[in-house]
Amino acid sequence: MTSSIRVRATANGDITEVQALIQHPMDSGFVKNAKGELIPPHFIQELKFACNGKDVFVADWGPAVSKDPYVKFSFKGAKKGDDLKISWTDNKGASDETTAKIA
Amino acid sequence: MTTTTGPHPTRRLILQGAASVALIGLGNLAFAPARAAANDKYPEEAFKQKSEADAIKALYGKAAEPSDKVKLDAPEIAENGAVVPISVTTTLDKVTSISFFVAENPNALAASYKIPDGTLPSIANRLKMAKTTNVVAIVEADGKLFSASKEVKVTVGGCGG
Repeated sequence: MTSSIRVRATANGDITEVQALIQHPMDSGFVKNAKGELIPPHFIQELKFACNGKDVFVADWGPAVSKDPYVKFSFKGAKKGDDLKISWTDNKGASDETTAKIA
Repeated sequence: MTTTTGPHPTRRLILQGAASVALIGLGNLAFAPARAAANDKYPEEAFKQKSEADAIKALYGKAAEPSDKVKLDAPEIAENGAVVPISVTTTLDKVTSISFFVAENPNALAASYKIPDGTLPSIANRLKMAKTTNVVAIVEADGKLFSASKEVKVTVGGCGG
């Protein structure tokens, strides 16, 4: 199974820049389907990035985050070859995680 | 003998008292960051608030002051309200969290990010906007809240409109 998470983490000196794209419908609960019924809310609530056993970035999301969310941030203290672990859980209890090598 | 040991218990008591006061003081200091870390739970209540002010209060329990050190980057006009690229950077020190609010969305709080030590206070993401309104970024730095806001014109609604 392919992961829902695509990550690019690049170390430049002491600073690692991370860009992540996650496949998720992020249904807000305010949109109707073709039959005119409301699509129930379905969105990622928590997204975590951990490097060398330490959380480097934690996101709490509501339904107002766009479909197939994108996020970009940078952190210090990692080097090329380190593992970056990314995990999310959504409001229906589904989750996914992946590990990326910092390039 | 008894006369010399006389003052000792009191002095010891005073010292013990001082030591325990110092310990309590240290305990409080150590407790504050520990609580912040334990505060990792998803802020469900804050996400339910309709207005921006209520959401800020539910999330942080205090009000924010506008600051020119918070730089909010958002488009003047969003052609598609479902995908509005928004980013924030700040020159403030000791940033612990950054949150995004869309004033007239059904629920104002859109996203809240914790910034651990060593992570740069700079974030880009994409948010949905129901209609033309203010986007507000809140930066929590050194226990205080700083904000920046910008009006984004939305030509096509992002919430099914």
